Amino acid sequence: MIRFTNVSKRYPGGFEALNNISFHMEPGSMAFLTGHSGAGKSTLLKLIALIERGTRGQIFLDGENVTDIGNRRIPYIRRKIGFIFQDHHLLFDRTVFDNVALPLVIAGYRHQEIGRRVRAALDKLGLLSKERLYPITLSGGEQQRVGIARAVVNKPMLLLADEPTGNLDPDLSREIMQLFSLFNDVGVTVLVASHDIPLIRLLDYPVLALEHGRLVQHAEACA
Amino acid sequence: MIGKRKNRRQRERAPRMLSPRVYLQRHAQVALDSLGRLYRNLLPSIMTAAVIGIALALPSGLYLLLDNLHRLSGSWDGQASISVFLKGDVPAPQAEGLATRIRQWPEVNTLQLITPAQALEEFSSQSGFADALETLDENPLPAVLIVVPRREHTAPGPAAELQKKLRSLPEVDLAQLDLEWVQRLAAMIDIARRGILVIGALLALAVLLVIGNTIRLEIQNRRAEIVVTKLIGATNAFVRRPFLYSGLWYGLLGALLAWLLVVSGFWLLDDPVARLAGLYQSNFKLETLPLLSLGGLLASGILLGLLGSWLAVGRHLSAIEPS
Repeated sequence: MIRFTNVSKRYPGGFEALNNISFHMEPGSMAFLTGHSGAGKSTLLKLIALIERGTRGQIFLDGENVTDIGNRRIPYIRRKIGFIFQDHHLLFDRTVFDNVALPLVIAGYRHQEIGRRVRAALDKLGLLSKERLYPITLSGGEQQRVGIARAVVNKPMLLLADEPTGNLDPDLSREIMQLFSLFNDVGVTVLVASHDIPLIRLLDYPVLALEHGRLVQHAEACA
Repeated sequence: MIGKRKNRRQRERAPRMLSPRVYLQRHAQVALDSLGRLYRNLLPSIMTAAVIGIALALPSGLYLLLDNLHRLSGSWDGQASISVFLKGDVPAPQAEGLATRIRQWPEVNTLQLITPAQALEEFSSQSGFADALETLDENPLPAVLIVVPRREHTAPGPAAELQKKLRSLPEVDLAQLDLEWVQRLAAMIDIARRGILVIGALLALAVLLVIGNTIRLEIQNRRAEIVVTKLIGATNAFVRRPFLYSGLWYGLLGALLAWLLVVSGFWLLDDPVARLAGLYQSNFKLETLPLLSLGGLLASGILLGLLGSWLAVGRHLSAIEPS
């Protein structure tokens, strides 16, 4: 699903965020991406989501080489990916329903289909009663779950999460991580960046550990 | 490998291309959404639309006034004629003989004889002096020949030659070339029209800038939203669409407002103009925008709105990328 071969990313100014990264994630697998802050976790996720472009090396997504893909194709690649942010990036002038519906609206689903899928996603995350509320009235954990609902509503092949539990208490964090493993159980490839080592140890998934832009731990399931 | 199979099934369910119905539905939704956004910021939206309306009303109102003036002068336009006033003591049969003779001249296209009686009738019906004329004992007006030269003699030089030739006839008191003031009026209308064109172009530019600036602010206000939608796979066209519709609505509302301004302005002028025309015993009436021009006004409003927002969107949207 994701393959990096000798990928490096140097930012303008000379800072080398990633150095010669190679790994492969099978479709339907799940892994954690760890490392201290500044180790390059976010950069790696941004390279996958084509928010940043690598300086060297090749990146494959779903069998397609996206290393030099044209800007016009990027939106269509991103539709295969559900992205979950630490600060969830919800739109505060829209209801929970409209926030979650956004990927489907963008992809051009029919009206009825949108309603059906949004309610299914909200139901799965226990938010069905909140669909008419605005995100500002929800708790932090609920907002994060709305963000997750939005990421999974169009059933992406790949879920990327950047510190999804960064602002949540331990109980909520566990709950969120269990959600990810549930999505993985139905075949979604999941990559979660987190520096919460105790939490990661609770779940038995391979770990990609970054240190100063280099991959230092590289579990066999991802090889 | 379970995951692989499921992924393929999911991919097939996602719509690969938008059906026309979904496409139209989506456009209608975005259009309504943009309109709703204008409504939610009612006062600023009205102010923007008012600026556009005034900017559009000015050239269209002026143009309309000019059009009316042109129509008023239209009855004389192009009628390069020479009015030949005969001496008062020329009897009617002699005047008729003279008319028949001049009609044979090679320079003359048509000739109309206005007898003193006809002249009096026309004068009293058009001048507003009917009552005063009735107090006169005898008709003070001479017979008049209206000579229209052939086309090749309407140029100032040959026309003046003809005028000189007519003046030298013994029965003629005065030969007056009517062409000059008509030409002057036409030239003035031409200048005014050119001026309105310049004003119109400048104001159209102002409308573009106003709309462009409004859309630029809107883009800045919705920056976070643009970033999020791009992150979850929105194409540039998708991101652009609401702003283009905003521009379209501004243009349309501005044009409607301009139409209202012009119509009410002319409604205010209507009574005084009718009174003035009445004093000249004319049934001239101001004509407001015909339906076709209303369509043109609305179309140009929409066009300017779209163009203005297109320029703003092109300049500012590409700079907003997720990072």
